[in-house]
Amino acid sequence: MNILSLFILIPLLTIIAILFTGNMKQTRIVSAIGMGIQLILSGILVYLYLTERSAGNMAEMLFYYDAVWFPTLNIHYTIGVDGISVAMIALTSIVVFAGIFASWMVDFLYREFFISLILLASGVFGFFISLDIFTMFLFYELAVIPMYLLIGLWGSGPKEYSAMKLTLMLMAGSALLFVAILGIYFYSAPAGSQLTFNLLEIAKNTIPLDMQRFLFPFAFIGFGVLGALFPFHTWSPDGHASAPTAVSMLHAGVLMKLGGYGVFRIAIYLMPEAAHEQAWIFLILTGISVVYGAFGAVVQKDLKYINAYSSVSHCGLVLFAILMMNQTAMNGAVIQMISHGLMTALFFALIGMIYGRTHTRLINEMGGLMKVMPFLGVVYVIAGLASLGLPGLSGFVAEMTIFVGSFQHTDTFHRVLTIIAASSIVITAVYILRVVGTLLFGPIKNDHFLHLKDALWFERLSTLTLLLAIAAIGMAPLWLSDMINFSLGPIVEKINGVAAVAGIF
Amino acid sequence: MSIYDFMTMRHELILTVLVLLVLIIDLNLKRSQKHRIIPIAITLFFIHTVIGFMPAQTGVLFGGMYHTDGLTILMKNILNVGVLIILFQSSAWLKKEENGEKISEFFILLLSTLVGMYFMISSGDFLMLYLGLELATIPMAALAAYTHHQTRSAEAGIKLILSSALSSGILLFGLSMIYGTTGSIYFDAVGAVYSDTPLQVLAFIFFFTGMAFKISLVPFHLWTADVYEGSPVNVTSYFSVISKGASAFILIMVMYTVFHSIAYLWKDIVYLIAVMTMTIGNLFALRQKNMKRFLAFSSIAQAGFILLGIIGGNKIGMTATVYFVLVYIFSNLGAFGVISAISAKTGKENMDDYDGLYATNPKLSLLMMLSVFSLAGIPPVAGFFGKFFLFTSAASGGYYWLVFIAVLNATISLYYYLLVVKAMFINKSDTPIAFFKSDLMTKIGLFACAIGIFVIGFWSQIYEIIDAVTFAIVN
Repeated sequence: MNILSLFILIPLLTIIAILFTGNMKQTRIVSAIGMGIQLILSGILVYLYLTERSAGNMAEMLFYYDAVWFPTLNIHYTIGVDGISVAMIALTSIVVFAGIFASWMVDFLYREFFISLILLASGVFGFFISLDIFTMFLFYELAVIPMYLLIGLWGSGPKEYSAMKLTLMLMAGSALLFVAILGIYFYSAPAGSQLTFNLLEIAKNTIPLDMQRFLFPFAFIGFGVLGALFPFHTWSPDGHASAPTAVSMLHAGVLMKLGGYGVFRIAIYLMPEAAHEQAWIFLILTGISVVYGAFGAVVQKDLKYINAYSSVSHCGLVLFAILMMNQTAMNGAVIQMISHGLMTALFFALIGMIYGRTHTRLINEMGGLMKVMPFLGVVYVIAGLASLGLPGLSGFVAEMTIFVGSFQHTDTFHRVLTIIAASSIVITAVYILRVVGTLLFGPIKNDHFLHLKDALWFERLSTLTLLLAIAAIGMAPLWLSDMINFSLGPIVEKINGVAAVAGIF
Repeated sequence: MSIYDFMTMRHELILTVLVLLVLIIDLNLKRSQKHRIIPIAITLFFIHTVIGFMPAQTGVLFGGMYHTDGLTILMKNILNVGVLIILFQSSAWLKKEENGEKISEFFILLLSTLVGMYFMISSGDFLMLYLGLELATIPMAALAAYTHHQTRSAEAGIKLILSSALSSGILLFGLSMIYGTTGSIYFDAVGAVYSDTPLQVLAFIFFFTGMAFKISLVPFHLWTADVYEGSPVNVTSYFSVISKGASAFILIMVMYTVFHSIAYLWKDIVYLIAVMTMTIGNLFALRQKNMKRFLAFSSIAQAGFILLGIIGGNKIGMTATVYFVLVYIFSNLGAFGVISAISAKTGKENMDDYDGLYATNPKLSLLMMLSVFSLAGIPPVAGFFGKFFLFTSAASGGYYWLVFIAVLNATISLYYYLLVVKAMFINKSDTPIAFFKSDLMTKIGLFACAIGIFVIGFWSQIYEIIDAVTFAIVN
């Protein structure tokens, strides 16, 4: 059996196993084992991938497997990975694993909770391994829909409103995407030959320019909604703030990356001419996302809202970098996806843990938490430093690469935008340091806080997993960046080869 | 013509015999034993369904008035499966005291309409089409008024018969013009000479209007909600699934064969009607509180989606339409099955009665969730595939904006489908529907839907089977 199919099979088996568990203890142990196996499996995948590559296998996609599903419409179950998908899969399994431990104490309808959570994860895994846009779209929607119940049932605050808003906005995004996918399908092959959903096959063909012009906005905005593209980001703060801890982690950490990944794999890769033509519109929008998100975070008082807005800013940066369409910036975009995924998951995990103790998320009601919970406090500071781009942690590598890449454009438009986007680093520093200052240091504002306990073992496990990954990328970014670079090569070549012909820039 | 030739009409003949059998058996049952007809009728219909799947001969009878081929047999079988599920689901309700006297009437009326639909599907000329239509409509009005001691039900019957009479009148007027301008009522002959002279266009519009009444397309949908709400649940599910599905089958076949020469013209009409139907059906469904009314409007919106398959005009279009109807049968019957089970036990039919249902009746809630997700087109359930293929066929005709409007409508529909999910899973209630056990028949009916909702999508063979017998617009 193809190793990639296991990434869908294991979550499904875990779900079935959960159905047979009798109590909360068994349920969470089964989930932890299932996702633990998934984590180990993704480790094996990374290893196998690297050995294949060093053995000189130059194929665009490794572990390729193809089975016909609907012969008449030529829909296949096609899977395969390159360096980028491998990195995303590794990210997903880390975040899911940490998410299981972060929701260790969920006791209300616990079986349903873990099933929905793992179903969501299997959708994400399926999305990253698919090479057939039909199955890709199927998994994409599969990942979105469990969110409704997860937020609506286990969330907090205005959860029903947030759940509905999030689901409907994301589904409206996928409506745009749907049109783009059908359009791509009907122009996937030269007239008269068999149409295909296979990503690699479509990439060999050039979609007519007027169709590209029509379809590109559909594809870009469709994925952009999930990637928190301004002005379609409004689901994100409400959704993240209302969601339970593990769901916020997964959603901000992984699901939003589906947007970036999709933009890059489908919108830009398949329609490069239109991408070059229309990039400027979306560059401005993503630029707004980056700066607006950062400013949004500054004025928020609720920890989750702060982090949600910061996610808008960071995910905006991913789309921004992808639109720069050169090797360095795109490399940075992928590292940023990984780095932000880990970082924001860590933040949400910490916020969940702090909230579970203090029962408030408003920063000005808290203070001096470092004294009562040093472990959580220290991890929070490190996560904050990673977020504002301190060298040695993953955030620095990502942002540095992005801005260096973006500045390689020599024209004023791109440079000005880069400078504006780079200013978000400063704003990020403002809100991160302000939160860390009021939340962790200073006097303890509430006597009730004096008796709070520090992190328990499962919380430590959850946070340390993420922290280790962040530090690993920060300290040794090269292996990741090599893995990505190799796979980016042919993609960037295709995109820019077209630009030379079109002569737009 | 020999007896052997008559076997071409196997579906119709067996079903007619079946109806008569039910009638005879019922005559011999004592008053206190009337409910025994339920298992007998269901078994008989089950056998009929199974026989339907056996290889059958195809051909033409009565000089072209009647024809069968792989496609019509397939369509009839799809309807059979749907009716079988409805019969299973209705057993709990039929057993109730109030229906004691007239259980067999339910079967006789329902199956008679099915015979009518068979003849419509197999019709080779407009006369047979019209006969089938009337046979399918008049008993239906009696069905709507089945619980006639309730005002609402009696009202539903009258509303249905009046609006049907009106639509039949319009349809007949159209048919008379078709005959007047072409000199024939046979599909082949009419299709060969049909053109876009004003009178013929008008004739087409009248014909389309008549059919639009049956499928309840906007603006001919006004009877739907009241009739659906007033009729007993199982009758409503029959209207919304079987009757609508059969009409959609006939519409697409006639549009593709008889009116192929004015396809460029009816595509514009269908475009407009599709947009109106989806949008208005959805907007009305948003505000419904009664589950039956709610599904009535949602099924209007679904009918709008079916038009996207028709507008494609190619083989994908017809395959997708038939496939979608199949998926729709299972999804909608899943939802109706739950409503029927709850209504039969508790009499509750409002959406807020469903608050907190998951805590008391988790299995029913899960089936309901699967069904509405399938109706909304969410993967991994079959509805996703059904919608995807329908929209693919519209896109293949270049109707990208129509697809966009349709997918946006699907998103709007997701809102109200999620309201049901929200009621069952998230809302709390002081007086939830207490836990109850359904009888075996109901369980089979519900289980069949759950299986269908899951299997049809993933099992691509079904799509291929349909695709093997469908055809593109004749050119």
